[in-house]
Amino acid sequence: MAHAHPRTSLGERALRLIMPIVALALAIGLWEAVVRHYELPPYILPGPFLVFETLKSDWGTLSESLLVTLRTTAIALLLAVVGGVLLALLFASSRLVERSLFPFAVILQVTPIIAIAPLLLVYLEPGTAVLVCAWIVAFFPILSNTALGLASVDRNLQELFALYGANRWKTLFLLRVPAALPYFLGGLRIAGGLALIGAVVAEIAAGTAGRGSGLAYRIVESGYRLNVPRMFAALLLISLAGIAIFALLTLIQHLTLRRWHESALDRES
Amino acid sequence: MPAAVHAASSDKPLAAYREVGKRFPNGIVALEHLDFSIRRGEFLTLLGPSGCGKSTALRLLAGLAQPSKGEIVRHSAGSHDVGFVFQEPTLMPWATVAENVRLPLRLKNIEYQESRVHEALTLVGLGDFRDAYPRELSGGMKMRVSIARALVTRPQLLLMDEPFAALDEITRFKLNDDLRALWRQLECTVVFVTHSVFESVYLSTRILMFTPRPGRIAAEFDIATPEPRAGQFRTSPEYGAHCREVSAELARVMGEA
Repeated sequence: MAHAHPRTSLGERALRLIMPIVALALAIGLWEAVVRHYELPPYILPGPFLVFETLKSDWGTLSESLLVTLRTTAIALLLAVVGGVLLALLFASSRLVERSLFPFAVILQVTPIIAIAPLLLVYLEPGTAVLVCAWIVAFFPILSNTALGLASVDRNLQELFALYGANRWKTLFLLRVPAALPYFLGGLRIAGGLALIGAVVAEIAAGTAGRGSGLAYRIVESGYRLNVPRMFAALLLISLAGIAIFALLTLIQHLTLRRWHESALDRES
Repeated sequence: MPAAVHAASSDKPLAAYREVGKRFPNGIVALEHLDFSIRRGEFLTLLGPSGCGKSTALRLLAGLAQPSKGEIVRHSAGSHDVGFVFQEPTLMPWATVAENVRLPLRLKNIEYQESRVHEALTLVGLGDFRDAYPRELSGGMKMRVSIARALVTRPQLLLMDEPFAALDEITRFKLNDDLRALWRQLECTVVFVTHSVFESVYLSTRILMFTPRPGRIAAEFDIATPEPRAGQFRTSPEYGAHCREVSAELARVMGEA
């Protein structure tokens, strides 16, 4: 319990907050120092300040690309939620359907997306192909987690529902869906990151064919032009986008579960 | 002397087991030749060692499983009239206390009446906790919510499957007292499963002792004391005598097995 040791707790908490920031600042400082000391040209390794400068000067192009990538990711994630949850509900309603269709989902999941992307680019126009790639990788964790959650209902609660003559729909919506919610949200958090990765991978596979020109396309394009600072700037934006998606989904998970689920409990209470 | 003094020692029993047997798909025979009636208004305890099939007998009565031999005849009015309390509180963790108690009304399409939920919660002494979540409650309070949920449909018959087995003794004693007061106040019939001789004598008007598996009825005891039982019943010589008698019989039954 933290309250028992206020002295150590306060100091420790401040330290816990400050140390990661200090470590990050040191790493960036070291990077800048190395670049200056060895007088590395920007096309080998740009310093962090130059990367920030580029981010500012190229903000027009980069922000447009960021929006394209974020839009692809968001749409793919949304479609993955719709598809994954609907298919999980279908699986929950019939064992036979689950046995018949689950292998397809596994095949899609285990085949590396980078290997599927070129094929999709043959059949689909680039924007759609990128979206489909992002959807494929985001879809599976939502499907498998939600299906697991729908199947993990307390046996006694199931009997209670049977005792009071609950029909299929009431059992589904009052019991199985709420029981599956924590599993679904866990899957969603994984799927958010994967959707971004899927979008980036597909954009790179699409290469110059990508007229939509997301961040990954900017990286490929800047690479051809040896514009390394811009590559770093685009990379930084992709990382920040990933962090933002993760933080947002974690927040949604916390707000949804904080009243009742073990995962959201304050450990010190 | 009639077992339940306050009950209309009436005509028909509430339900009757007729030569009931239960064999599980894995071949285990849980129950054999079970033949007894449940009298209206009594507090009946099914007592026996673990695994003797007494919980199975209760589940058959609730309709949660079907007998493989014989039949169970119910002489009760509607289908609203059975409440079941599990060994675990079995609450929905995502729902508040009031929502948990309301559940049977929703499932049975009984029009939602706030007063019923309130009444059930007040009966178990949790009127102030309607908006709490299960995780915020102690084990004893969770069990009270579970009992309130069973009472919300105003059942004639309350079935309880070792509901207090996981609680500490002080909490269990308190819940024993409250349950007995509820039974008297509501004039319902209770069938209670336990493996505790002391709990069975303290609560019941009648005890049916089961043999080890396959479960049959080995003995029957009427615990005939004037109602209401006095507060010091637990320490009275009479209580001690009943406990000795039942314990001795249990030892004999276990020895034979």
